[in-house]
Amino acid sequence: MVLTQQRNIVTRTWGSSVGKKFVMAVTGVIFLLYVIAHMIGNLKIFFGRETFDAYSEHLRTLGADIFGYSGVLWIIRVVLIAAVVLHMVAAFSLWYKAKRARPVGYQHKGHQGSYAARTMRWGGVIIALFVIWHILDLTTGTVNPDPAGGAYGKLVASFDRPVVAIFYIVAMVALSFHISHGLWSGIQTLGGNSAVKQHALKSFSIGVGVVVAVGFAIIPVSVMIGLVR
Amino acid sequence: MRITLRVWRQKNADAKGKMEKYKLDDVEEDMSFLEMLDVLNEKLVLADEDPISFDHDCREGICGSCAMVINGTPHGPQKNTTTCQLHMRHFKDGDTIDVEPWRARAFPVIKDLVTDRSAFDQIIQAGGYVSVNTGSAPEAHATPVDKVSADDAFDAATCIGCGACVAACPNGSSMLFTSAKVTHLGLLPQGQPERQTRAISMLAKQDELDFGGCTNVGACAEVCPKGIPLASISRLNHDVLGATLTGARAD
Repeated sequence: MVLTQQRNIVTRTWGSSVGKKFVMAVTGVIFLLYVIAHMIGNLKIFFGRETFDAYSEHLRTLGADIFGYSGVLWIIRVVLIAAVVLHMVAAFSLWYKAKRARPVGYQHKGHQGSYAARTMRWGGVIIALFVIWHILDLTTGTVNPDPAGGAYGKLVASFDRPVVAIFYIVAMVALSFHISHGLWSGIQTLGGNSAVKQHALKSFSIGVGVVVAVGFAIIPVSVMIGLVR
Repeated sequence: MRITLRVWRQKNADAKGKMEKYKLDDVEEDMSFLEMLDVLNEKLVLADEDPISFDHDCREGICGSCAMVINGTPHGPQKNTTTCQLHMRHFKDGDTIDVEPWRARAFPVIKDLVTDRSAFDQIIQAGGYVSVNTGSAPEAHATPVDKVSADDAFDAATCIGCGACVAACPNGSSMLFTSAKVTHLGLLPQGQPERQTRAISMLAKQDELDFGGCTNVGACAEVCPKGIPLASISRLNHDVLGATLTGARAD
């Protein structure tokens, strides 16, 4: 065989197209676990202002005796930022490789594959832009009408703007598509698919995508219809 | 049947091609797609025009030569069928049909619908074989193979290397082709010693030849005339993951 596989595990992984997909699959799992935890936390909004604000404070005092105030939260943030960087760099690198692989396109365009699969890249870009807005709005409060209102106050003030609430819901639909293809694709990338399991894995991934989208989008909807004030 | 064809015409590898329109009034529905092109070419020759170049050989769906994208779909609308086995009865009277070559950097157009697909040979050369000394066939019971593995290996081995997977893939990836060979050999006892190095070596060659990366869209398996399942790619990924973690070397 012609190839010499020397190098260490990092260059070995990053050096192949499938290795980059491994990185995307593993970082994707990190996001998905975070997103599900985030969604469950968010749903505490339905137990009232005190519970929600106490939860928000609890996230900061969690493990404070060891890591200091907000310590655990910052560890999670650093892991997520590292995962975002790796996920995006790998994605853009494969995007570039794909563009390069077909310099001349077809005159008659066919559409194969699911809508979710075909919109992974731009969907990912939309989600990234949404996350930037989301942090400025609800974490730092920079673009929030009530920056000093606490977690609950910021949330209600933000979703009282219908445009923001609708943008949030649209972003959750994009996230749902991204998860429906991403989760299945990740399992396939890590070698966990088989002809027998494929249909079940795809259905499961769509299910997870829908649950996540509904779990998040129910909150702006509740604010808009006055259920959460 | 009356059929209007729009066919990609390109004089040579360096020329700039374009779609040319041809009208045919006497297409029979029992003609194969290639026979229909033969009829058109006879007319072009009689009219002193350059006939349309296209690859073909066996015309019975097993050689993998007849590469063309018909109305945006490699090998046309009929599932699990090569172009040569596609019949005109799957089209309607008065249809306009677009015919284009495979589009990939790794498959450059030589002329009209003919592309150079030797990149696939290079991928096979990088590891799509079992290195054993040949000799007389061993006693059949010496190396048992379970029925499921034997069937799956056989199914994977039906890949004819036509390149439709690459042509259909939005990323121009050859993963289905590579994974078919990796599955075929990786399921059999004779293929075990080189299983991991085979996967990384063939993948490295595929990456080097400017095929794109797989995003599991599944367009390849949709158009594959031999029905190679998308899950083959998962098997390739599995072997690559193992080789990546353990640092298996091919040299």
